[in-house]
Amino acid sequence: MDGTERLIDDRSPGVEHHESTANFLSYTVGLGLAVAATIASFVVSQTGLLWEPGVPVGLVVLAFAQIGVHLVFFLHLGSGPDNTNNIMALAFGVWVVFLVIAGSCWITANLHANMMDLPMNMVR
Amino acid sequence: MSMITIDRLPADALRGVGGGLAPTRTVVAYGFWIFIMSDIVMFAALFAAYAVLSGNIAGGPTGRELFNLHKVFVETACLLLSSYTCGVGMLCAERRQPGVFLSFAAATFILGAAFLSIELSEFVGIAKAGAGPTRSAFLSSFFTLVGMHGAHVTCGLVWLVYMVAQVLVKGLRAVVLRRLLCFSLFWHALDIVWIGVMTLVYLMGAR
Amino acid sequence: MLGKLSWAAIPFNEPLPLISMGVVLVVILGVTVLVVARGWLPYLWREWLTSVDHKRIGAMYMLLGLVMLLRGFSDAIMMRTQQAIAVGSAQGYLPPGHYDQIFSAHGTIMIFFVAMPLVIGLMNFVVPLQLGVRDVAFPVLNSVGFWLTASGALLINASLVIGNFARTGWMGYPPLSELAFSPDVGVDYYLWSLQISGIGTLLTGVNFVTTILKLRAPGMTYFRMPVFCWTALASSMLIVAAFPILTATFLMLLLDRYLGMHFFTNDGGGNQMMYVNLFWAWGHPEVYILILPAFGVFSEVIATFSGKALFGYRSMVLATLAICVLSFMVWLHHFFTMGAGADVNAFFGIMSTVIAVPTGVKVFNWLFTMFRGRIVYRTPVLFAIGFIVTFTIGGMTGVLLAVPPVDFVLHNSAFLVAHFHNVIIGGVVFGALAGYNYWFPKVFGFTLDERFGQASFWCWLVGFYLAFTPLYALGLMGMTRRLQHISNPSWQPLLLVAEVGAVVIFCGILCQIAQLYVSIRTREARRDLTGDPWNGRTLEWATASPPPAYNFAVLPRVDSIDAFWAMKQRGDLTAAEISYQTIEVPRNSATGLVVAFFASATGFALIWHIWWMAALGLAGAAITLLAFGWNEEREAAIPAAEIARMERTRPGLRGVA
Repeated sequence: MDGTERLIDDRSPGVEHHESTANFLSYTVGLGLAVAATIASFVVSQTGLLWEPGVPVGLVVLAFAQIGVHLVFFLHLGSGPDNTNNIMALAFGVWVVFLVIAGSCWITANLHANMMDLPMNMVR
Repeated sequence: MSMITIDRLPADALRGVGGGLAPTRTVVAYGFWIFIMSDIVMFAALFAAYAVLSGNIAGGPTGRELFNLHKVFVETACLLLSSYTCGVGMLCAERRQPGVFLSFAAATFILGAAFLSIELSEFVGIAKAGAGPTRSAFLSSFFTLVGMHGAHVTCGLVWLVYMVAQVLVKGLRAVVLRRLLCFSLFWHALDIVWIGVMTLVYLMGAR
Repeated sequence: MLGKLSWAAIPFNEPLPLISMGVVLVVILGVTVLVVARGWLPYLWREWLTSVDHKRIGAMYMLLGLVMLLRGFSDAIMMRTQQAIAVGSAQGYLPPGHYDQIFSAHGTIMIFFVAMPLVIGLMNFVVPLQLGVRDVAFPVLNSVGFWLTASGALLINASLVIGNFARTGWMGYPPLSELAFSPDVGVDYYLWSLQISGIGTLLTGVNFVTTILKLRAPGMTYFRMPVFCWTALASSMLIVAAFPILTATFLMLLLDRYLGMHFFTNDGGGNQMMYVNLFWAWGHPEVYILILPAFGVFSEVIATFSGKALFGYRSMVLATLAICVLSFMVWLHHFFTMGAGADVNAFFGIMSTVIAVPTGVKVFNWLFTMFRGRIVYRTPVLFAIGFIVTFTIGGMTGVLLAVPPVDFVLHNSAFLVAHFHNVIIGGVVFGALAGYNYWFPKVFGFTLDERFGQASFWCWLVGFYLAFTPLYALGLMGMTRRLQHISNPSWQPLLLVAEVGAVVIFCGILCQIAQLYVSIRTREARRDLTGDPWNGRTLEWATASPPPAYNFAVLPRVDSIDAFWAMKQRGDLTAAEISYQTIEVPRNSATGLVVAFFASATGFALIWHIWWMAALGLAGAAITLLAFGWNEEREAAIPAAEIARMERTRPGLRGVA
């Protein structure tokens, strides 16, 4: 491709365009936050710290938080206009993931509710 | 509809995107990002299958009986640290420091291999206890979901070795840096998927 | 040593597949001998087989799709004939096992190896030219994608002569598709052929999303792109988001069949309904992957042949994106009757009705484009007008089926079969044929014969209505799909009408073959010397026919939609003194061909359980990919002097300054 026509100046995912020690900081802070979120997940799951029925919600929240940490601190996903395509791709992906998982769970739960009960001697 | 009105559209998020050819590095990284999105959707389908089938134990063992959370914690630590070493390694590569890069690449490899060996030992242990993937639908979906992640990690390690070879032979040229960038995107994405596996399969399953 | 493969795999005792195999082998042998004897092999290798040029790859996709159309259509006319004669005490000529394989192969081939290649072929050829750039983002991957699709097609055709095909229908529902009930190789052919071509399709999706978003002519903002590029973008986004679901679902079925897992088995806790759920979570976006580029073709064709700009550009774009998002929210309408509750059925029923709205917006935009235009009636716009009428009817029957109580009566009936053929033929096939006729001069440098083109259109149109209107009636009368024998004699008259329709469509196909033959014979008289045979509006018409390898010597600067039309209006078409620069074009690569060879070998080996061959095939594919990943010299330079010479000597110089 000729060099004269380059105008799109999007930032690609994972690339930090400004060389500085801030990058190293980004990864280190990200690691710290991710470790904290991981430990918190184990604590929430294994100890009685969080109210029992709220544990699944807590775990999901912590998982999303850690994923967010990865996206921002490791993959350098930002909110500027040069990142728009990256965010849009991610948003579409997340949307589809949500539909597939939540949709499948809702549908199969609904189907299961309408299934005949198994006789006592049959195992699911 | 006159052409002029098009230019007065409130372009918002599209403002400033005036066409033209993006730099090769951007094109390659974005293409790989899209591929990663597709891989995430594939994992989503496997997650959905796991969610639906996790209760179908066919009279066999449950997750709570099988999962060893200590091992899972160590695995998670290995993978997370390897994501860190991969990222820092990329920084060194961008700054054209091949020696430091290679050290971080080696660390990434070792941590990734440690993750795999723990996972493999877990699989073998569970299978030997009569809880292999053919025992029940729950186990089929467990082995497939977690195994698929492990297979991706394995491919990643092979790729890493290949990239180290490229760096040694070709040096940190632009094309090699682009490929390293793709590798790092892949490696970080695998850690993101693992967060899902750790949470939905192990932490929720072991309760 | 050879797994399950033995001489028993070849159907020596079944005349029909044996004869068709014989015919096909003779044709292949004849073509091969001709090519080698005439010394065409080096040319073919250099210019087509190892080409990574999007224009060549697009043409090869179209060829694949059109050739597979013949196979898929043969299946169709065999089924129509069987249903027309096997009524009451007559048994017809196709035993049930064969009939089952035929309807399974028909659906699989038509969706994956006719419709997808035709649509992707058009996207491949047209999108980079319309965007004003030189190629797609990843040319070698583009070639790999094509050859993997061809590999899948090869495997599916192999099932005709070595072994058998699935008897499960094109969807492959368990438990029928599980090992317990389909122990032979048929389902394995289905699964491996589609997994391999699925990888190819995914690569295409990634390629086009990246190209459209990151590589455009300077000044071409998103809202100055042609509508065909918008629909190509939406379709490619759907490919990237939907095909992985199919990959995962087929993987699970393969694991059940090969390793004894229990995803969808009757025992061990398997859940067959989950297969249906996940299959259609892919399956519904798939039909939008097919139709959106066809919509794009019609937008281009209608605007060009009405001599007017497309009405409502912005609403077209928004409608396309709306369809893209909504297409992931309707998939349950394929299994309303599977037993979900009223709340779930109602949600998906309403969403299915809602998704008709953006399509309606598009139809009105097309109509308003034609209104007060000066319509020139050529084959492409005839297909477009036929599409508007036919697709609207098909869409309406779709909205009818979207109402769950109605679907409870009509699910899996002949009414459903009529509906989806209505939208696929009226939409996708007509779109592909319109695009074929419209862009053929650009691809090969001469127009197609207009009389045979119009004849083929009328045959397809009349044939379609004759073949499928009876099926609507039969569905309402209670006939289900996939019947090998008809027990109700009162249905026969309608089935005979349907048979006549199939024959008329066959005449349409013959007209197209004749059209191609006649056009090639008289090509000198119909050369496209200006590059712009239809007075087009978009940038592909600014190049010579066929375009040079580099598409544009100087990338055009764009400042409005219908960029080429704007240039023609301004009159700045003749090249002033352009200073040409060296252009880098992608080098040829045999990667695609070699990877596909190993993929075919691996697929065949896995189907027949020849494990050593599968391992070798996988190793070969892996090594080829590693070699590709090491290689750096992907581009060759064309010096400026050569560019200048080519630009000056091509017919009908239209420099785009």
